[in-house]
Amino acid sequence: MAKQGDWVLIKSTILQPDQRAPQVPGDTAGVPLVQWVKGRLTADADIGQPAQVITRTGRLVSGALVEEAPAYRHSFGSFIPELLKVQEGIRRAMWGGEDRP
Amino acid sequence: MRDNSYSAVMARRNQIMKSAVGLDYSQFESGGIGFDYEGMMAATGLSMPQVTEVMRSFNVGDTPLLELRNITALARRYAPEGFGARILVKDEACNPSGSFKARRAALSVHMAREMGYRGVITATSGNYGAAVVSCCAKAGLKCIVVQECYDSRGVGQPEIVEKARKCEALGAEVVQLSVGPELFYVFLRLLEDTGYFNASLYTPYGIQGVESLGYELTEQCRQKFGRAPDMVVATNAGGGNLTGTARGMQKAGCGAPVVAASVDLKGLHMASDTQFNRKSFTTGHTGFGMPFSTWPDRSDVPRSAARPLRYMERYVTLTQGEVFYMTEMLSILEGMERGPAGNTSLAAAFCLARELPQDALLVVQETEYTGAGKHQNAQLAFAREHGITLRVGDPAEQVPGQSIVLPEHPGQLRAAEVDLNRLRRSLIHRALADSKDMPGKADLAFLAAETRTSPAFVRQVITQLLEDDNETK
Repeated sequence: MAKQGDWVLIKSTILQPDQRAPQVPGDTAGVPLVQWVKGRLTADADIGQPAQVITRTGRLVSGALVEEAPAYRHSFGSFIPELLKVQEGIRRAMWGGEDRP
Repeated sequence: MRDNSYSAVMARRNQIMKSAVGLDYSQFESGGIGFDYEGMMAATGLSMPQVTEVMRSFNVGDTPLLELRNITALARRYAPEGFGARILVKDEACNPSGSFKARRAALSVHMAREMGYRGVITATSGNYGAAVVSCCAKAGLKCIVVQECYDSRGVGQPEIVEKARKCEALGAEVVQLSVGPELFYVFLRLLEDTGYFNASLYTPYGIQGVESLGYELTEQCRQKFGRAPDMVVATNAGGGNLTGTARGMQKAGCGAPVVAASVDLKGLHMASDTQFNRKSFTTGHTGFGMPFSTWPDRSDVPRSAARPLRYMERYVTLTQGEVFYMTEMLSILEGMERGPAGNTSLAAAFCLARELPQDALLVVQETEYTGAGKHQNAQLAFAREHGITLRVGDPAEQVPGQSIVLPEHPGQLRAAEVDLNRLRRSLIHRALADSKDMPGKADLAFLAAETRTSPAFVRQVITQLLEDDNETK
């Protein structure tokens, strides 16, 4: 249970598939337009349940509670051996067979 | 109670925009195909020194112009004797928000504050969001950034997720959406509900801000090297970077050719939910570059101030793998981690340098910050997780959305030439589609300026279009 005042992420559907713009391609037209917003809860709520937040600009937005204390999880990703190979190749092309002493 | 259905809000767009931009675009219209472009550009009422003053008040601009000596030396090994221009780069990553977009934002936020708006909204998934938020932070204005960020499964493009983090770090509210052009609908509703200023990328404020970049790089070349640049390369997406830079150069008295460069994403649909996460570049690519060149007024304001075909000497494309490779080269030979998207022009410059003599100055007019999510390692790891094949080989063999091929050696980098006349014909075709009447003399002159050609060229294209039309009928 997230408490009133907690910083959370909520999600809501803005347009159902049948309300989407006429020009969208088929795959997009088959799914709803969804919105994610962060803010402080106006009342206690559980994950997946309806919730309302006050955003950083003071707007009241409703949706379903997705995450409490939402975190940033993006990173530099897993090791890419091809990039190491490319770096070695560029150094060779510039400085010769061995790295310059 | 307002009708907030998609069609009702879209029908109110001009009215919403008028109050959100503080500029009445109808004053520049005269009823024909054309409009008074220069009149619109002058509407800011600011001279170049005044623009510079605004930039400095936000600590924007005055970025270093760096000579890339090792990259130049390497390019010369693949050039004919005596060829291989000096490659210089304007290190725009040094702006407070980490990209040249700070210039575009500074003037917009300044105008918003002058006109008494309480907050600013911008629709962007790119560096521009961080730039607007950064300036709003200094100006004490509220800020909302609207992003297209996730596919319908909720998988976020790592670069856009990073932009959201940066915007929030600088104080913004970020509204994130799944894939689709209806982002514009959400954006209009937010403008209407809040009464905030629309910091569009495409207003005269945005583009005049970039003019300071073209002006500055010309002056820096003169100071450091005793001459103006011989060629400038600009990464091209919505067209504002190239338009503003070229106009700024002209204001500094420099008519050197400006070359556009985009990442080739041919075959990928920009509004496709399933293709959204199959591209490794979220900007600087042909998915924006081509449509915005041939129809600038598709933007979020009635008349776009970014009209790149007016200023483009050439247009080249690079593959995703080539730009990632160049990003590695910048790290490993010059000790600079930047990009990757902003390095599209650098990859082009590596190829174009070989066509110019060794004493020529070739300026790459931007860099951008890098970091988690944005970095080539993050993008390639994400691509591999989503089934994109990655290998080292011949970059010409790549297929956007299916494979990324990193070159084996520098000699494989090729800037593919885009047929500008094809884009020009497309622009003229599009302009005629909106018009009921046959174009008059003023329209021909306007379209000639729009395409950097002559009224005779425009007339010839129109004649051809009419013939094709008759044949179809």
